[in-house]
Amino acid sequence: MNIDSIQNGVVIDHITAGKGMMLYSLLGLDSLDVSVAIIKNVVSGKMGKKDIIKIDADIPVDFNVIGYVDPGATINIIRNGQLISKQAIGMPDTLTDVIRCHNPRCITSTEQELHHVFRLTDRVGRVYRCIYCETAAK
Amino acid sequence: MRSVIDILDLSTEELEAMMGEALDIIAHPETYAHACAGKKLATLFFEPSTRTRMSFEAAMYELGGNVISMSSAASSSAAKGESVADTAKVVSCYADIIAIRHPKEGSALVAANNATVPVINAGDGGHCHPTQTLADLLTIRREKGSFENLTVGLCGDLKFGRTVHSLINALARYGGVNFVLISPEELKVPSYVKKDVLKAQGIPYSQTTDLERAIPDLDILYMTRVQRERFFNEEDYLRLKDSYILTPEKLREAKQDLAILHPLPRVNEISVEIDKDPRACYFKQVLNGKYMRMALILKLLREAGSI
Repeated sequence: MNIDSIQNGVVIDHITAGKGMMLYSLLGLDSLDVSVAIIKNVVSGKMGKKDIIKIDADIPVDFNVIGYVDPGATINIIRNGQLISKQAIGMPDTLTDVIRCHNPRCITSTEQELHHVFRLTDRVGRVYRCIYCETAAK
Repeated sequence: MRSVIDILDLSTEELEAMMGEALDIIAHPETYAHACAGKKLATLFFEPSTRTRMSFEAAMYELGGNVISMSSAASSSAAKGESVADTAKVVSCYADIIAIRHPKEGSALVAANNATVPVINAGDGGHCHPTQTLADLLTIRREKGSFENLTVGLCGDLKFGRTVHSLINALARYGGVNFVLISPEELKVPSYVKKDVLKAQGIPYSQTTDLERAIPDLDILYMTRVQRERFFNEEDYLRLKDSYILTPEKLREAKQDLAILHPLPRVNEISVEIDKDPRACYFKQVLNGKYMRMALILKLLREAGSI
């Protein structure tokens, strides 16, 4: 299968196989009026299988979303057909409005203007907790 | 602006200093009688409370300060839909320090993030209740002399009991505390408290449903009420509310220097006959709470440069 190279844009590589669609949704790529390719189950020497997302536009990408969903992913920035930067992500320390707190007892359930902020409390276990009620994100 | 939302907002050194100041207040109340003259405490209680609210108010009056408050949540602008954030901004214009109780978890943090004066969490739902923990700590200190080598039994609703979570967090920072967690299966300490606090710090603990078998080993027995207001399902509350009732018979095998604590209000989990037992410390705990709230108000107003 061939997917054309992009001239200016972003390639999110080394996505754990199966997480490409989740990233596509959380990054809001469905609302963009540009070419976006999700390539699933690409054969990878290092990972066995992986997903890749190619965005054919120079748009800002929320690294925190990617780091939360799949901290092993890499972001490649392409300009004029050339790779100009390649970044590993890792897990962000805080997430703001990436995920929502679903605890009905949390203040965020009634005060709609509040940002939903989660803090990384266990890097090994990949646990994020709401800063208001300490409920773990699922 | 320094606020206290969680007991962990205060270091052990700060707790020691506050307990020292509370003991000094007890010994020399006249020295503190005008310490907060001209200052106002706003008590924002969106949830029913007797002792916490009165304790804060008594604390401020005994420091020579004044108190402003709303009569109830129903009579405040919250009933018109005003947010906690806006309420905190508005009340900051009237008061030098705020004590807030609200049924939603995290409400005190929202207030602190928006107020321009120090905020004290007087209970945010089932989450935290740091000033109750201050009362608990001073009571244990006065009854036992230190926090070293104590076996502390926590009994009752350990799931929704905010005082329990705060006390575990506070005592876990002192060496040599061993916890015995006594509760029905449905009301066990949340896994995050066990994982993030007890296991993470290597604190010894055991879990049981059997209060009588646990009692002989305990130095402290911290009883709690099963809280109706934390249940979405009335049937669950009715089934669990009388899980543990402490009676003189159950204390037969207890140590002579056991200290029995309870954050109050009590419903029927401690028989009134125990009130006469010298090991009953829960009314002393109420008084200690007032002194620690005085020490906390003084500390935060000093740090804010208000006094």
